[in-house]
Amino acid sequence: MDSYALLIAATLNAGTVLAIASLGLLINEKAGIVNLGAEGMMLCAAIAGFACVVHTGSDTMGFVAGAATGALMAAVFGGLVVWLNTNQYATGLALTLFGTGFSAFAGINYVQAQIPERPDFAIPYLSDIPLVGPALFHQHPLVYLTVVFALGLIWFLYRTRSGLILRSVGESPESAHALGYPVRWIRMGAIMVGGALCGLAGAYLSIIYTPLWVEGMVAGKGWIALALTTFATWRPARVLLGAYLFGGVTMLQFHLQGVGVEVPSQVLSMLPYLATIVVLAFISRNPRWIRINIPAAMGKPFYPGS
Amino acid sequence: MHKLKLEARSQPSQMWSYASPVLALVCTVVIGVILFSLLGKDPMKGLQVFFWEPIKSGYAVGELLVKATPLLIIALGLAVCFRSNVWNIGAEGQYILGAVGASGVALMASPSMGGWIVVPVLLAGVLAGMFWAGLTAFLRDRFNANEILVSLMLVYVAVQVLNFLVFGPWKDPLGYNFPQTKTFEAITRIPRLFAGSRVSIGIFFALIGVGVIWIFFFRTRSGFAQQVGGLAPAASRYAGFSSRRALWTALLISGGLAGLAGALEVAGPIGQLTPYVPAGYGFAAIIVAYVGRLHPVGMVFSAVLMSMFYIGGELAQSRLGLPKSLTGVFQGLLLFSLLACDMLVNYRLRWIALGGPK
Repeated sequence: MDSYALLIAATLNAGTVLAIASLGLLINEKAGIVNLGAEGMMLCAAIAGFACVVHTGSDTMGFVAGAATGALMAAVFGGLVVWLNTNQYATGLALTLFGTGFSAFAGINYVQAQIPERPDFAIPYLSDIPLVGPALFHQHPLVYLTVVFALGLIWFLYRTRSGLILRSVGESPESAHALGYPVRWIRMGAIMVGGALCGLAGAYLSIIYTPLWVEGMVAGKGWIALALTTFATWRPARVLLGAYLFGGVTMLQFHLQGVGVEVPSQVLSMLPYLATIVVLAFISRNPRWIRINIPAAMGKPFYPGS
Repeated sequence: MHKLKLEARSQPSQMWSYASPVLALVCTVVIGVILFSLLGKDPMKGLQVFFWEPIKSGYAVGELLVKATPLLIIALGLAVCFRSNVWNIGAEGQYILGAVGASGVALMASPSMGGWIVVPVLLAGVLAGMFWAGLTAFLRDRFNANEILVSLMLVYVAVQVLNFLVFGPWKDPLGYNFPQTKTFEAITRIPRLFAGSRVSIGIFFALIGVGVIWIFFFRTRSGFAQQVGGLAPAASRYAGFSSRRALWTALLISGGLAGLAGALEVAGPIGQLTPYVPAGYGFAAIIVAYVGRLHPVGMVFSAVLMSMFYIGGELAQSRLGLPKSLTGVFQGLLLFSLLACDMLVNYRLRWIALGGPK
């Protein structure tokens, strides 16, 4: 039974990486922006955060460095997409290609680097409960903060005026502009917050989850996070659920390997990617479902007066 | 007070659509020079390694062409996709499957066979690439699944397929347990053009591809339909062009070409299937396609340029002690610069006086 508790714990851990990134991308998409650069931002943030922890020994500094890296890269993306009207897909792709190369370049001296032993993040008393304790209460604080953040995001998007304005920019930038809202600055803000969250996810990956730096270590998690927003039909609560589900799929492969299932490890490694494809096809199958939920101006440029 | 404002041009500027890639390259070089200085390396050495060494001898030019060939072949297919507004970014996966398919046939060959065996080897690569791209087309067509995400996910799956084969059933029993197949029989190897250079007849495939894609784009009805669908879906529907057909055509052409590139690579310069077959050509070809303006002739130049980046990166590693991944940094920078410079095609920059007399 204890192995199941550990499986749940690992699922939460893996899901948190996806959840943070995907919630960030959700904020982008609610404002009408698709940033295919998630993978690149996560990679650069992963090495930035990791390097920072190596040099300062402080996890907090690492998270800050990761989030700042993500926000900075997103700002470049935003500058091009929002102010120069470039194609969002192509620009995001450029960010990922650049990020993949740059992170490998910058991280070359950190491949063998070690960071201080990760402490046990047990919560007093709660973590001593049999089964539930090891499953739920031995996590890094960020795991719980992610849940809190998702709840906060739901409140922000659907219960506040600012959230309404953000969504209006993603549904109909022309109307929002006509009402006098600074559409481009709002989009820029959303892009940077999204980038910071992708960066935080990347830093969590290299500082807490693995914890080490390997070239290309994000391994498609940025892309899976992008798919998750569609999977969740752009609802924050479902993003969180989806993230844990995919975290579970990632962990399942290690679990199956552990219990000695007679399947080649490469086939198990395909699981998260195959699951993404299957789920994406399943959700997208109903065009009405997608059309009702997708932010109407998603991926479309907006330039006032054009 | 002045303010820089973008002003939409009434027509896209022809001049800037040619000048923008050049300007982008200049920007990339400037950033590169700054980067080299920051790293404490002589920027002139850096420029020399990237832009002079790859062309200074016959052998070097040969190596340049060896790398430019797969890039060009893949980019030709991607241009068909991008012009049709089909976002196939999984060419890397189709390339890997092409290599796997070609290897499957090449491993079955025996030394007694004739030179004709090269044809089925290449054909297997093409079909495998088409099959892999066809999966994306099917999921888009039947289930409306986003082709960007599906094609990209399939790259990761393709890598695992390759790993499974070279670590498992196809591993060379006499290979000291290295994860690789046995070296292919000489008879299956793509014929080389001259002795002393690795340039193979693959380059002819690339150049024929340039001609065929040019004719397809500019001289055939289906090529026209393909592009109308990309530029103006509503007009295309009104004209009765099928968007499903356009989707399948674009993905099958680009999958087939990427597969061909993979086949030429394993049966050519590499000569066996190893985990190092994926070299990022499928992703670099996206940049080749854009920098070449999605035009078959333009992509010849951009493929050679991108090949210079690859070779320059390798040389930077051996000569200057810089990581090879520098290539990826410059590739990304080039695409970024291009996208920014492309703004000049559709807009002109104007200084507007603020608060002046109206």
